[in-house]
Amino acid sequence: MKFVKDIPADETLDLVCRMCPMHLLEPGDRLKCMKKGQVLEVLTDYDGALEDIPAWCRKCGQDFIGIEEDEECYKLYIKKAK
Amino acid sequence: MNRAYLDHASATPVRKQVIDAMLPYFDLHFGNPSTVYDMGSKVKMVIEEQRAKVAGLIGAKAEDIIFTSSGAEANNLAIKGVALGRQKKGKHIIVSAIEHHSVLNSARFLERLDFEVTFLPVDQFGIVDPERLRSAITPDTILASIGHASNEIGTLQRTAELGSICREKGVVFHTDAVASVGNVRTDVNELNVDLLSLSGSSLGAPKGIGALYFRENIRLMPLIHGGIQENGRRAGTENVPGIVGLGTAAEFALEELPEKTEYVRKLRDLLIAGIRERVDKAKLTGHPEQRLPGHASFCFEAIEGESLIFLLTQGGIYANTGSACASKALKTSPVLVAIGVPPDLAQGSVVFTIDKSNTFEEIGYVLEKLPPAVNRLRMMSPLWGREALAYTEAVCT
Repeated sequence: MKFVKDIPADETLDLVCRMCPMHLLEPGDRLKCMKKGQVLEVLTDYDGALEDIPAWCRKCGQDFIGIEEDEECYKLYIKKAK
Repeated sequence: MNRAYLDHASATPVRKQVIDAMLPYFDLHFGNPSTVYDMGSKVKMVIEEQRAKVAGLIGAKAEDIIFTSSGAEANNLAIKGVALGRQKKGKHIIVSAIEHHSVLNSARFLERLDFEVTFLPVDQFGIVDPERLRSAITPDTILASIGHASNEIGTLQRTAELGSICREKGVVFHTDAVASVGNVRTDVNELNVDLLSLSGSSLGAPKGIGALYFRENIRLMPLIHGGIQENGRRAGTENVPGIVGLGTAAEFALEELPEKTEYVRKLRDLLIAGIRERVDKAKLTGHPEQRLPGHASFCFEAIEGESLIFLLTQGGIYANTGSACASKALKTSPVLVAIGVPPDLAQGSVVFTIDKSNTFEEIGYVLEKLPPAVNRLRMMSPLWGREALAYTEAVCT
């Protein structure tokens, strides 16, 4: 698990309080609307996302940048690779 | 004339066009909307069309509507969902003292989870003073819930002003609009609300369906966990016929609203004037002008509302003693207590709620049957004496 800090994001997707597996459905839809090289910040309070989202990025050919944790939620960063 | 149904706050009839729209979704299009094959995906598209119709009724975006099983569930989801979703920001919530039980009891449940709840008092007409709301907000306040209109006394709040204060202070603002949607113009942007509850049963849709509007980016902790229906915010296979019923009823409600409002207001004013003229010691509860157009609520001195309802029912007149959900509890209404009605007078509460299906003839029939029914009960009442009259003189005049 790679921890990062203060990653500038082009867009934010707030999935806090949303049920599993929304964290695996919505990032793909949002990335479709973004440009290659842009960074998506995913906010979630679901522990399972910490493993699921990096694995999803590998499977879908997207770059997983890392995770930041704050008082409210986890922030996961994905760079659109394709 | 042998029937006049004047309890539309409790339930409205489902119109034929709404039933016709619903029927194919029981058998012909019964597929589960979450399936990937066309039988399901087509139904899913229909649900999204209904979401847009419901959103249109309240000036919202389709994606900001969650379908629920009732107005009560929508209120529960709003209060508990926001409180649990925002508890890291603070644990203080504000509700008014005259909210529906689904709001009050949700707030009381949160007290058991160490939330602090302020129950805001109201004035003699049931109005929340916006400045009182402002002064109740603390740095720990995360949510305020104040109903758009009271189903029991008909009073309409200054909702836009209340919402504006909450927005200024960074407090999420919810309004229970079950009593008002379809009866007065209700637009989420004009009202400055972040969440709004509505119910099918008071809108010409079937019972068992409601909706919650929530402004984009409001975090809502789900109450029903499971699959990802309603975008991961409320699990459970959708009540497709109910949703179609609500969407269809919403379309009619939007189209008919101006004409309906004007018409039922005339019936209401006729009923209120007639009761005041023909029945002694009858106190109109709620605000005299700032009230729902089809709502007339009274407290009749020296009688019990339940007894009056019983007598009226014998004549084919259907009304209620207050909120339908609490009418069997035989307990003094907390709403009437909150507006300062003495407990003995509060026992004589009767609420008439009028819809477009009612007629001038029906109002005339009620005005013919009501005064003798009240008199008959008073003649049997030990409270209907000279002392009782003197005691309540100041209250009822």
